[in-house]
Amino acid sequence: MTGVVLLGFGAARWRRPADPYHLEEWSVGGRAFGNWTIWFLLGGSMYSAYTFIAVPALTYGVGAIGWFAVPFAIVTTPLTFIFTTRAWSVARRHGFLTHSEFAAARFGSPGLGALVAVTGILATIPYVAVQLISLQAVLRTVGFGGEWPLLAAVTLVSICTFRSGLRAPALLSVVKDVLLGWMLITAALMVAMYGGWGSAFRGAATRFAATPNPADGLLLPETGHLGFLTLVIGSALAIFAYPHALVGMLAAKDRDTVRRNAAALPVYCMALGLMAMLGVFALARGVTPADGDLNTVVPRLIHEYFPSWSAGVAYAALSIAALIPAAVMSIAAANAFTRSLYRTYLRPNATPEAEAWTSRWVSLVVKFGAAALILAVDPAFSVDLQLIGGVLILQTIPAVFLGLLTPWFHRAALTAGLISGLVTGLVMLWDIPKLDATGRVVAEHFGGSSWSLGDGRSIYVGVVALAVNLLVTVVLTLLVRAAGVRDGDDRTRPDDYHADAGDPYLKRLDELIDGLPTGGSGGRPISAPYPPHHMPEQRVP
Amino acid sequence: MSPRSRHWQWLLVIPTAAPLLTPFANRIEPTLFGVPFFFWYQFACALLAMVVITVVYLATREGRP
Repeated sequence: MTGVVLLGFGAARWRRPADPYHLEEWSVGGRAFGNWTIWFLLGGSMYSAYTFIAVPALTYGVGAIGWFAVPFAIVTTPLTFIFTTRAWSVARRHGFLTHSEFAAARFGSPGLGALVAVTGILATIPYVAVQLISLQAVLRTVGFGGEWPLLAAVTLVSICTFRSGLRAPALLSVVKDVLLGWMLITAALMVAMYGGWGSAFRGAATRFAATPNPADGLLLPETGHLGFLTLVIGSALAIFAYPHALVGMLAAKDRDTVRRNAAALPVYCMALGLMAMLGVFALARGVTPADGDLNTVVPRLIHEYFPSWSAGVAYAALSIAALIPAAVMSIAAANAFTRSLYRTYLRPNATPEAEAWTSRWVSLVVKFGAAALILAVDPAFSVDLQLIGGVLILQTIPAVFLGLLTPWFHRAALTAGLISGLVTGLVMLWDIPKLDATGRVVAEHFGGSSWSLGDGRSIYVGVVALAVNLLVTVVLTLLVRAAGVRDGDDRTRPDDYHADAGDPYLKRLDELIDGLPTGGSGGRPISAPYPPHHMPEQRVP
Repeated sequence: MSPRSRHWQWLLVIPTAAPLLTPFANRIEPTLFGVPFFFWYQFACALLAMVVITVVYLATREGRP
């Protein structure tokens, strides 16, 4: 743990930039990371402790339904190949750091950008909280229960991020993956020692048969397919809409880096699959969670079955796996605030230093806000918290994800669609009671994200809300066009989506902000709410 | 990227759709190393995704003759 902290501070010196006070340097590592760094960083931020703690907790608790995370992770990889490449190019040409800036520029509406930013921040906080819950589960298993160890860990990672920006999580990701690899090898040996997967799955099947819950088991029940598939699709789309999805990729140095990474990402899907199957193994071996908290299943399994020194490695891997995404997510949420709210509405003349300073402090607020959230809310099924965030973030899909493909939507229609999607999602979530294992209602509201259709089938709320959102957006776009209301100005051009490193019009962000080719900041104020846009006529040599 | 090489991207539909075929994958047999089909099918999908994305990447790589 001490080594990790030292590395976090050391990261500030790694590839030290000439001017570390720019928001660009701090938040996306100067956009110069190569293949390996990006692969580890993406793996570190997208396959997080939520995945490695909560997914096995789900397969332990309900069996096949918990397996949704694996197809979801796989589906994202071809989508990354197409969409993230486009996002990288347009962001590099215009100097975007966040989805909200993109939406504002694409549809000519700062208000839409601000709405996307607010939604992103609201959805990210529970996601960060989920990471911290996982960390707490590890701490509890090793005997550090209560609130103070968690707060201490959050403080440490906050200081590292505050100093080093994205460099800290990038470097720590490498460490995490080495430790995690070791942990998976140990786990595989352990499974082999105790009779292999065959006996693990047979044991788990027996235990599922003994529970009163009809929805659990090694296979999906006949009525379970709709819920499972909507969950997979909804989560896969949501992952692209989270602010932090862009942060890791933007740090890549060229398009090919992004594309090669997409091809290598399924390796993480397999690691995730192995972890998810550990939940089955834990069930078969009769591991019992501490205090009835399912998130402690994996830490308990490690505690009981790993040799003690190997268990230490595994705990370290899980802890870092919680802290890295927490850091990346808080950076991303902070950027969204700085770029789409602070600079647009509060201080249009903010200097780059002021921007970076604001982002740093907001990232602290996000992390401690998330810590406060888990200390205040009962985190029984931590995945549910994240799924509620997922329902919110999914509503930005038309503006952000589809916006990468088409400028067709009207800004007013997108805004209305986003709001109606949010309202639909929240109303449905409010209406879902929480059931315990025997089917008794233990809480009236916000009990999960699967909306029951009554006949045993269920559907993921996020997908329903997104459908409402899309319907409103499309219908209103047609109506508004018919009424002759003017479109917003699309500040992007078709070839922006294919720009690559070496492109003469591709600019470093500091040039875009300051107009200074040397990259020096000089503290020159920005006169417009957006970085000056290079106009088409300026492109003619 | 030329319009012609862009057609290669349609291959990506395969790894996107394959993990979603749960009505087909929702079975225990055949097992592989004791792992039910429902579970190891997704590992196979991950491998498939790696292969297909690599093929598309190589086919659409820019700057090749």
